[in-house]
Amino acid sequence: MNTAADPVIRFTEVSKTFPRTDGKDVFTAVDKLSFEIAKGEIVAVLGKTGCGKSTMFNIVAGLIEPSEGQARVVGHNPFSEFDFFRGKIGIVFQNDRLMPWRTALENVMLGLQVLNADPKQALETARGWLARLGLSGHENDYPHALSGGMRQRVSIARAFAVNPDILLCDEPFSALDEMTARDLRAEFVKLVRQNNKTAVFITHQIGEAMDIGDRVMVFHRPARIAYEARLSSETGEAERTKVRDDIMKVLSVDQATA
Amino acid sequence: MGSGSMRVLQATAGMIVLAVIWQILSMTLPPFLFPPVPEIFKRTVEILITGSLLIDVLLTGGRIFVGLFGAFFIGAVIALVMARSKTLENFVSPVLTFFQGIPALSWVVFAIIWFQGTEFRIAFIMIMTTLPAFTFQILDAIRSMSKDLFEMTMSFRPSRWTLFRFLIVPTIVPGILTAWKVNLGNAARVVVVAELVGATGGVGYELLRQQQLFDMAGAMAWTLQLVLFVLVVQQTINAIEAWALSYRPVSERSI
Repeated sequence: MNTAADPVIRFTEVSKTFPRTDGKDVFTAVDKLSFEIAKGEIVAVLGKTGCGKSTMFNIVAGLIEPSEGQARVVGHNPFSEFDFFRGKIGIVFQNDRLMPWRTALENVMLGLQVLNADPKQALETARGWLARLGLSGHENDYPHALSGGMRQRVSIARAFAVNPDILLCDEPFSALDEMTARDLRAEFVKLVRQNNKTAVFITHQIGEAMDIGDRVMVFHRPARIAYEARLSSETGEAERTKVRDDIMKVLSVDQATA
Repeated sequence: MGSGSMRVLQATAGMIVLAVIWQILSMTLPPFLFPPVPEIFKRTVEILITGSLLIDVLLTGGRIFVGLFGAFFIGAVIALVMARSKTLENFVSPVLTFFQGIPALSWVVFAIIWFQGTEFRIAFIMIMTTLPAFTFQILDAIRSMSKDLFEMTMSFRPSRWTLFRFLIVPTIVPGILTAWKVNLGNAARVVVVAELVGATGGVGYELLRQQQLFDMAGAMAWTLQLVLFVLVVQQTINAIEAWALSYRPVSERSI
């Protein structure tokens, strides 16, 4: 059983390898990665493309299994204990991944329907989340009729609607223009804080990671933590600048060794 | 003129040209080779309004549906199993490809040798000739399922049944509708061959009779019954398709 003091996410020496296309060799995406994330924390994971951020993300989400080591989410194995995590993890992907045959409202209702929620209640919850994200009046629009920002809002509403304990976000705002991304970022952080969620936020933008994270972890390839910094609203501008410079240095080393 | 009316006019124009050519030929060649269009039309209407004759058309229609539904359900189960297991796919796929190469007439011969009972024979022939196409088309529709949508749905940890209802069915509906449209035409051609042997009713049986009577107008009228049947069912599938896929955006510019 997981107690309040136990970490929500714990990686112990986790490695993940994939066979190369020729089948003769393996590619190491994650190498002996260890970290812990506490309840209510927002952790931003930063790193260059191909550094294994998404592999780590998929392990936490239970979409893939570690080759070695142990990954635990609230003390359980996210890959093998499939049913246990029903309704406990919400994911916002890089692209909206809305079902084109469902309206905005029906897309938000998807997770609730999977959880067998009362249809009336599910409808109300979905409407409520769409309204909260500024999409009232668009309930019956199909995804193709919505802008990129609106679609991503629907996908955020879909993740929040099931009221998960943990939110995983894989570069959710990278395809949006800066203004829309900034607004959504602010909304996202507000929603996570208000609802006391634990969140892992993957990004490749230093500014975004520092805006969102209580903690920033920088990955080197293959995914292992090369740098870590804690941030809060009380972190001064000078310290933020230092953190930013340190991250830049770490990332440039990764580039040089790539 | 509205786009709908224009489409109807364009679709009708080709048929009118064909009828005119036929009529010209009927005026220059003996009527037992090319009977006049009004005569064919009269015989066609006669079948439609005469209960005892219409029964034959409906009988053939019923046989087409039995064959198609049978092949569809068996094909869907096989396709789902193949999609879940690569080993089973490797095992089943060559067998279906082998079946695909067997001519409809061979299935007719096999059915006569193996089975008794006309209806069972016809159903067997219909299912065996349309099964491979249905299976491959449904398998292809499952395979074309978006990996992104699959992972997104799996992130909610659905049960197998929920996954099937919420993701797999809507994903494969367009492929299924296309498979039905393609197989309907094939089935209409095969059913006549199947009915030629042993059936005591149906369009195929009637066509055989017209051949024995050397009645070209009758042969044309019975052929048109089958064409009309296929057209009506095709339009029904099109209407279902328009309703089921109404979420799809339509570009103002054509290809």
